[in-house]
Amino acid sequence: MRESHRIAFNVNGRRRSLDVAAHHTLLDVIRDDLELTGTKECCLVGECGACTVIVDGRVVDACLVLAVEADGAEITTVEGLAVDGDLAALQAAFLDTGAVQCGFCTPGQLIAAHALLAENPHPTIAEIQEGLAGNLCRCGCYGQITEAVRAVAGEIAP
Amino acid sequence: MSGPLRVAPVGCSPRRVGGHDRVTGFQRYAADIHLADELQARLVTIPVARARIISVDTRAARQVPGVRLVMTAADLPQPVPRFGPQFQDRPVLAVGEVKYHGEPVAAVAADSKDAAEEAARLVRVEYEELPAVFTLAAALDPAAPLVQDAALRPGDPLAGTNVLREHRVGWGDVDAATADLVVEHAYTFPIVTQFAIEPHVFMAAPDADGIAVWSSIQHPYWLQKILAGLLDLPLAKVRVLAPDPGGAFGGKQHTKYEPLVAFMARRAERPVRLVLTLEESFQAVRRAAAEVRVRTGFRTDGRLSFQDIEADYLIGAYADIADRVVGKGSYVGAGPYVTPDVRIVARSVLSHTLPSTAFRGFGNPQVNWAVESNLDEGARALGIDRLEIRLRNLAHRGDRFIPFDTPADGAWEQAVRRAAELIGWGSPLPPGRGRGIAVGIKSGPTTGLSYATVRLLADGSAVVYAGTSDMGQGARTVFAQIVSTELGVPLDWVAVVMGDTAVVSYDQQTSASRSTVLMGNAVLRACREIQAGLGAMAARLNGLDASAVIVEHGVVRLPGRELPIIDVLTPGLGPLGGELIGNGEMRKDAEPDHPLGGSAAFFEFNCTAIEAAVDEETGDVTIVRHVTVSDVGKAINPLQVRMQDEGAAIQGLGHTLMEHYVFDEAGRIRNLGAIDYRIPTSMDLPLEMQSDIIENEDGPGPYGSKGMSEGALLCVAPAVAAAVRDATGAVIRDLPLTPERVWRALRERTAR
Ligand code: FES
Ligand code: FES
Repeated sequence: MRESHRIAFNVNGRRRSLDVAAHHTLLDVIRDDLELTGTKECCLVGECGACTVIVDGRVVDACLVLAVEADGAEITTVEGLAVDGDLAALQAAFLDTGAVQCGFCTPGQLIAAHALLAENPHPTIAEIQEGLAGNLCRCGCYGQITEAVRAVAGEIAP
Repeated sequence: MSGPLRVAPVGCSPRRVGGHDRVTGFQRYAADIHLADELQARLVTIPVARARIISVDTRAARQVPGVRLVMTAADLPQPVPRFGPQFQDRPVLAVGEVKYHGEPVAAVAADSKDAAEEAARLVRVEYEELPAVFTLAAALDPAAPLVQDAALRPGDPLAGTNVLREHRVGWGDVDAATADLVVEHAYTFPIVTQFAIEPHVFMAAPDADGIAVWSSIQHPYWLQKILAGLLDLPLAKVRVLAPDPGGAFGGKQHTKYEPLVAFMARRAERPVRLVLTLEESFQAVRRAAAEVRVRTGFRTDGRLSFQDIEADYLIGAYADIADRVVGKGSYVGAGPYVTPDVRIVARSVLSHTLPSTAFRGFGNPQVNWAVESNLDEGARALGIDRLEIRLRNLAHRGDRFIPFDTPADGAWEQAVRRAAELIGWGSPLPPGRGRGIAVGIKSGPTTGLSYATVRLLADGSAVVYAGTSDMGQGARTVFAQIVSTELGVPLDWVAVVMGDTAVVSYDQQTSASRSTVLMGNAVLRACREIQAGLGAMAARLNGLDASAVIVEHGVVRLPGRELPIIDVLTPGLGPLGGELIGNGEMRKDAEPDHPLGGSAAFFEFNCTAIEAAVDEETGDVTIVRHVTVSDVGKAINPLQVRMQDEGAAIQGLGHTLMEHYVFDEAGRIRNLGAIDYRIPTSMDLPLEMQSDIIENEDGPGPYGSKGMSEGALLCVAPAVAAAVRDATGAVIRDLPLTPERVWRALRERTAR
């Protein structure tokens, strides 16, 4: 028998409590149990950033964290960025600068950028590139993503 | 009432259609879709490149709670069905022999992913490892084991070799040609993989008399045809649902494991879902490696007298579309130059490696790397500037640079001059820096067939049906902009329906940068039909002759006045409402006598110029400036054009600087997955990226547009290598230009 645990956490401000298998990752639980499919799955080894979420203010690769480790945590996924149905400034900037092509890396990029701005509201280009280095974009939107983050930080006209 | 406001005509860059869902996480990619009662599938593979399968023992796997099906080749119809876009050579599961590392031997379906995974591990495959060929030299050795059973190639004179096909094209007489200088070198291009961030996903759900299949595929209608054949069903009973792929780059063009899940689902009588891991994707799709030998003949003034090109492409164990990649990619190998005598011989060489398939650039980057690099060698030997030698040889509009194909269809020299200007060609550089410039050309689609339907609804909003796949290139936005322009519909009042063969009319495929041109024209024609209907309405309502009414750019013009379309539509439709329906068809028929089966609908032309800095101690290459200029005819959405160009440029930097598969001595891939196979990140970018476009409205697409999604990748490698050589004198003819390879070349340079 596989062990399961009862855990509870807040996801995008909403209280969720559920039984999770001990070996299931936070990514498994977010996508399969909570059916929040905005968080993406790609490499499963912490290298691509498609699964990036915020756990207690820290950016993590959800594929590397066991769900049980997130018991009691405050979690933000891409579905939690828009406010009352209005796009957050970062989301709008991604669309306006052309930072979204296929969009598959976008949730992870947005979450990583959101956390970066929370920590450093006026990052330099180098700081943005370094801060988002763990988020792969095969469509190659890196320049536009940097532009979007700078626009939100007020460094360039939006 | 607050009505819609924004008409978004062509030439402006509104937010991407579908963008909102992509930034909120609501976009449903294939892996985000679940079916009631679905089973989770896993593949069973063995860690060898080639082996004889002795037995497959599924007993332990079947014991795992929740396992519903363990499928082996023996459980499939016999003989095991085979399929492929070019040759029907790929079995649904390996039959008797595993021919590449990662080829599935069996598959498991269970109630949960956990159970499927455990059961897949418990399938016992007994096998005898056999010698494998996974390099060109080994595969071409007369004593090499045959990758494909000669019995599968009846009547094929090459059946006793590992050459699947040889493609010969040329003009003039290379053997009789004379030259003042002949430069001859060999160049190699590595195996690289598409690495879409979205995994490949396959689902099948049988119903009473047919099947529905979900796939992250680019060509749903081609898949539909293959499935109908394999399952002996009419096309109408095979429904393919193809959600927008999360990146594809050619790797998702063709059928892979859809037949397997279809057979599994039929047997289990439940939906079956297979999501590949990234490692499995690495074992499912890749670009062909190549060795290209080029002999280029020059006159003293730098003009080309002949080009003699021999390209061997290392394709996989099954053909997939690889042989077409070889034939079409090598075909324009001599470049956009006027060369009196040309001979191109390209061979598709089978090997015990995973099947190679389409990848942005489709077989062109391999030959381009060699031909452009060799041109630089000639320029150096002749003391001619590397920009100048290109300008001297470049075809001008109307030149039949390939005598039996579409003449040069652009003012290509404009792109070259623009790139040179942007990079500051000829201006002084600090020590340790160098510049390179290269051009690339690709033949657009050679055949095509696209149908579109547009419905103008009673309130003035519109629905477009187009069987294109929007995988990031932004096809939805382009089609919506065409409708917005022609019918005066605000962009957010246009819905674009794609990805369902039961609902949307046929489209041949989404490839070769065709959709803006071919489907775009079909959408435009559908709009024309609606405009004709509106004209007839306006004439009827106003008691005019139809010839007195003109409908264009979203308005209805009557003698002496102009009406918004809605003011004609509402009274014209009358109290029952309803809609106006327009259909459009765009076809490019095959030309049976043409070497490629058809001439180019257009050419994609790009010029890339690079400034690079090289660290003499480490061999590290920094791209200081990357300039890419494409001839696009007309940018319907300039921002999307820029994104495609810059994205393609960065992808080109991947195979140029870092990407390549590594095999062990037995032909197993050693760098499977994201840890050991690196693609460009935000830390690997050019310090400055500048993209520009040439717009002369001279393409065959709507408003003079041409296809444009691949050009900026084509000639990145030769431009970068030329910049490295210019900076350091180091000569490198093998990709990628890893620090180690550059470092070695620097040492060799010093030793010489
Ligand atoms: S899926 Fe988690 S980092 Fe790639
Ligand atoms: S937008 Fe496609 S992977 Fe980033």
